[in-house]
Amino acid sequence: MKATTLEAHADGRGNALLRFAAPQAFFPLAGKMIPWFAALAVVFAVGGLYVSFFVAPTDFQQGESYRVIFIHVPAAWMSMFLYVVMAAWAAFGLILNTRLSGMMASAIAPTGALFTFIALWTGALWGKPTWGTWWVWDARLTSELILLFLYLGFIALTTAIDDPRRAERAGAVLAIVGVINVPIIYFSVKWWNTLHQGASVSLTKAPSMAATMLAGMFLMALAAWMYSFAAALWRVRSIILERERDALWVRERGGGA
Amino acid sequence: MLRALRSIVARDLRLSLRRRGDVLNHLVFFVIVVTLFPLGVGPEPNLMRIMAPGIVWVAALLAAMLSLQRLFASDYADGTLEQMLISAQPLGLIVVGKIVAHWLMSGLPLTLLAPVLGLQFDLPQQALGVLTLSLLIGTPVLSLIGAVGAALTLGVRGEGVLLALLVLPLYIPVLIFGAGGVAAMANGLGAGPHLSLLGAFLAISCVVAPWAACVALRVAYD
Repeated sequence: MKATTLEAHADGRGNALLRFAAPQAFFPLAGKMIPWFAALAVVFAVGGLYVSFFVAPTDFQQGESYRVIFIHVPAAWMSMFLYVVMAAWAAFGLILNTRLSGMMASAIAPTGALFTFIALWTGALWGKPTWGTWWVWDARLTSELILLFLYLGFIALTTAIDDPRRAERAGAVLAIVGVINVPIIYFSVKWWNTLHQGASVSLTKAPSMAATMLAGMFLMALAAWMYSFAAALWRVRSIILERERDALWVRERGGGA
Repeated sequence: MLRALRSIVARDLRLSLRRRGDVLNHLVFFVIVVTLFPLGVGPEPNLMRIMAPGIVWVAALLAAMLSLQRLFASDYADGTLEQMLISAQPLGLIVVGKIVAHWLMSGLPLTLLAPVLGLQFDLPQQALGVLTLSLLIGTPVLSLIGAVGAALTLGVRGEGVLLALLVLPLYIPVLIFGAGGVAAMANGLGAGPHLSLLGAFLAISCVVAPWAACVALRVAYD
């Protein structure tokens, strides 16, 4: 019921932000934003990769292999950040009953899972030359792995339920319970490891990082942000079309998007 | 209100006692899983003593998880759950009652059985006490978190595996501190902090889990 009132507002003058809570209004806006975010992602990625491969100095301890950091760290940041954003959208959808919020949460989940996977994979590739092993049961690695499980659980639950409304709302409950659990899991894994042995492996590098290294990482993080925006918006457009396929405005588009 | 709570608990207990086989099956499953580890890893006594808390806890986690489907599924199938949803009593109360009954029929028997299994692994007496205590505090958390998962997966395709996928990652903190407490005891560190943290998890999940399970049930009937 609330959804209809919100969307009734959306048709009139209403709040400018609320106007875009209606999938119909958001669809063209997302379409306009995607090329910008995609272009920015490419620009930042090219700049970031150039800085990270040609400008940033070689690390005196780790040699060239440290350069994985430019993909690894931004991916790890995004993986955690996207989970919170996803849960926020989910909570928003559950409380206000807006249709778009649930769609956004479902659209963000695969990107988040992808970044979590990239963070783990590049971490393994980095661990081999520096620590001499692909995997250590270090607190950070373990909690990142559990984060991947949480993403996969969310995706599995939302795809297993056929009714999209129920799928979204069930996913929302799971995402909220998950986001309460993320800090608990993080700290328990941290204490779990440090209780048994001192921190034998730490991710902190040489005391100070060269400014160019930081700049490369920063650029790559921006690229990851822009990519996430573009990918999530792209996916939400598909979800909107799929859900609203019987709506008049979708039919008037002639089915081609 | 308390009367309603008591009658829900009594009803669920009576129902599961009528199907005693189900309860026993989960206990047998628990014992079998624990037995598999020495067969797989080798019967080296020192190794077994170190691994025992983890083995017992992992087996308890799996057994508790398998029993979760009992929580709402049969009431969902015959429509009782729908009647509970529209009854005059608050849904939270009903959910809490069902969780309590579930724990009495799954968590509590596991806890009582655990010291015997601990003896098989030659755990010292103090460690046995801590193991039992940690299960006593930890298994209600399993039932509470599990209720959320069970409510979310009601009537969903591939319910069983999905439930495991959702619930097991959320069980990790309980596993860490439940098994960790016994290990800390064995290392002479004392199990107090671990048990306190388990108690904290119990407190948090008492607040969050019934609410989340209620929302999930309403979603299922939306």
